[in-house]
Amino acid sequence: MDVLLDNLELFREGFVGTLSLTATSALLALVLGLIIAGFRVSPVPPLRLFGTVWVTLLRNTPLTLLFLVAFFVVPQILFPGINSFLLAVVALGMYTSAYIAEALRSGINTVPMGQAEAARSIGMTFTQILRMIVLPQATRAALPPLSSFLIALTKNSAIAGAFNNVDLFNIQKTLSNEGYNILVIFLWITLGYLAITFTISGLFRLLERRMEVAR
Amino acid sequence: MSEVSVTKDAGGPGPATDKLVVLDNVNKHFGALHVLQDIELTVARGEVVVVIGPSGSGKSTLCRTINRLETVDSGRVTIDDKPLPEEGKELAKLRADVGMVFQSFNLFAHKTVLENVTLGQVKVRKTDKQAAETKARALLDRVGVGNQADKYPAQLSGGQQQRVAIARALAMDPKVMLFDEPTSALDPEMINEVLEVMQQLARDGMTMVVVTHEMGFARSAANRVVFMADGRIVEEATPDQFFSNPRSDRAKDFLSKILHH
Repeated sequence: MDVLLDNLELFREGFVGTLSLTATSALLALVLGLIIAGFRVSPVPPLRLFGTVWVTLLRNTPLTLLFLVAFFVVPQILFPGINSFLLAVVALGMYTSAYIAEALRSGINTVPMGQAEAARSIGMTFTQILRMIVLPQATRAALPPLSSFLIALTKNSAIAGAFNNVDLFNIQKTLSNEGYNILVIFLWITLGYLAITFTISGLFRLLERRMEVAR
Repeated sequence: MSEVSVTKDAGGPGPATDKLVVLDNVNKHFGALHVLQDIELTVARGEVVVVIGPSGSGKSTLCRTINRLETVDSGRVTIDDKPLPEEGKELAKLRADVGMVFQSFNLFAHKTVLENVTLGQVKVRKTDKQAAETKARALLDRVGVGNQADKYPAQLSGGQQQRVAIARALAMDPKVMLFDEPTSALDPEMINEVLEVMQQLARDGMTMVVVTHEMGFARSAANRVVFMADGRIVEEATPDQFFSNPRSDRAKDFLSKILHH
């Protein structure tokens, strides 16, 4: 108990660090994932190719390698002096966007072809159909994998902690250096992660219930 | 075979001479299957053309090429003298003028009946929302499902869903309506309620291309029957001529199989 009460300020800092990194990169991943999913089902071949390359590249690269590139290569040659939080957001967001795009695409595939055909035949454009007809129905089917990927993102954010971004994982190093019992430190840190991941799954359960589509 | 009695507007002014839909030497393949072979078809304004034929004869495909849901390999499709453009904004604009009713209804599952009928008006025609709703309610009344406006498609019977689908197409003020086997997925007792709406449309002078197995409808509502087999138009005639005195052996054979009871 002492370790928590003695270092409440540090724990708070770590928790807020993990929370803001997760939230910001989740937002980036969702926006990018949505765009890439749109590209992957687009009638325009170059866009489809771009989507495929994006997903293949990011999904098949180890996240740690992405972080190495983000933290050691990008500042060296592209943006010297860029803030480490931003680098972590970009690395995590891009990595997760590949998974989110595929989850959305699997959702899109569950929507019967006839829905898009009916929309085409009343004169709607591709983007209108995707936005108003297909995605609202696809999202419902994509919610379970989406929640899994966002939970994975929460836990993956710990890698940023290893790269000196202040978060729950990162403060563990600081505290164990100060000589506290490592088991007790981990217990409190785990509770911090659980608070975030349980919130995500709760949120998605709620969404699933609200977005039910009767067929 | 369900029979809907109707008096076709026989004494009235015949179909106008101008050509609304023209298919000129259209060919299409699905892999090795030559599904449309040298199709020549002209539909005049106000004309009701019923396309019949055995399964796999290409009649649905023919219907779907008219609003380019199926692309053609060669030949030309024109609507109101405009050739169908490539996929894009121009084609979308043209499609808005061509109403389509599907075998499986295809109502937007996540939208209410009313929203199904207003969506195209608001998003494609840019009609004001209030006006779109007024028009949608009038159309839903016209097809007899006005009291279902706030339900979702899954809560309606097949016949009701198909009538909503007709209202959705009509809401765009189409120049021509395409019906792709509109009653084939319906329970027998619901077929007539859909056919009656279509009969009324035909009487009101709507240009229609109807792919169907309902010979009663073909007899009573069509100006012309087009008989297809194996990807070709084998015979074109008035319903009276076609049903009482088919010229081709293929049509005779087809009719003998379906009309003997």
